[in-house]
Amino acid sequence: MVAMGDWLEKVKERLGGSVLEDFEFRGEYTLLLDKSSLPGALEVLKGEFGFDCLVDLCGVDMGVDQEPRFYVVYHLRNMTTRAQLRVKVGLKDGEGIPTACGVWPGANWMEREAYDMFGIEFEGHPDLTRLYLADDFPGYPLRKDYPTEGYDFEE
Amino acid sequence: MGVKRTPITEIEIPRLVTPEEVTPEELEMLERGGVLLTTLNKMVNWARKWSIWPCTFGLACCAIEMMATAASHYDMARFGAEVFRPSPRQADLLIVAGTLTKKMAPVLKRVYDQMPEPKWVIAMGACAIGGGIYRSYAVVQGVDKLVPVDYYVPGCPPRPEALLQAVLMLQKQIEKESFNNKI
Repeated sequence: MVAMGDWLEKVKERLGGSVLEDFEFRGEYTLLLDKSSLPGALEVLKGEFGFDCLVDLCGVDMGVDQEPRFYVVYHLRNMTTRAQLRVKVGLKDGEGIPTACGVWPGANWMEREAYDMFGIEFEGHPDLTRLYLADDFPGYPLRKDYPTEGYDFEE
Repeated sequence: MGVKRTPITEIEIPRLVTPEEVTPEELEMLERGGVLLTTLNKMVNWARKWSIWPCTFGLACCAIEMMATAASHYDMARFGAEVFRPSPRQADLLIVAGTLTKKMAPVLKRVYDQMPEPKWVIAMGACAIGGGIYRSYAVVQGVDKLVPVDYYVPGCPPRPEALLQAVLMLQKQIEKESFNNKI
């Protein structure tokens, strides 16, 4: 693990007001970004800070009555310095988020997975269809209000 | 001429014997003497029974046991069922080996429909029988919701012996079938 040094401070300084929160847990750094700063902030992270690898992109459902209800989480890695950074963006129920496909092409299927499981709309995605489940599948199974057995279990 | 000859009118012509008239003892005697006495039904069933060609339809870990059953140690070829066909059109038996997800369900149905009659189905393993441990939105709770199943092989996954037993039981069933009105 490369020491965070002062690059994290530089990132926070560069992104300015779009960083709502930042915290550290056991040497892992997380930034909570404002949705309106996307995808520009991600482009800055890739272009200026060398986070050229999108390790993972996933959705999180915090619970039906939580605010924000959903998070989209980006795990980034700088392949030169091996620095790692987690970026989270909060979403209200029914809210969309700009796609990251233009920044990391690999985000394509990851966003489709998040859409498949949580129903998060990625605006500007080239092909936002279900990835794992059948196209006519009802509902989004990883949402907290989805019954584990599905709606049509007995059929 | 000195040769005495029976007049043609007095020769007894052997009458054709129907299989129903032959007693089991006589049948055994004839078989020992190398005479094969049979009906078309019996012959067709005999041929079918020793050439059950399964369709290649492995879905999950059960498929590994299915492959082991076909491989040299257990050697399903002993029972004429070793030729796993990559095309359902050449297969007689569909071994549903593994978890059937809802996304895969239309494919199973289609493969089954493409198989020519006569056809049989073995549901192999807990998942194929009734969903197994996957009480979930994504898994079909038993393949008998989609296709008629002849034999269920329990286990997670079943041992190759268990699958072989199902094949042997299927052979016994085929023996008793009437070849022209299966299903």
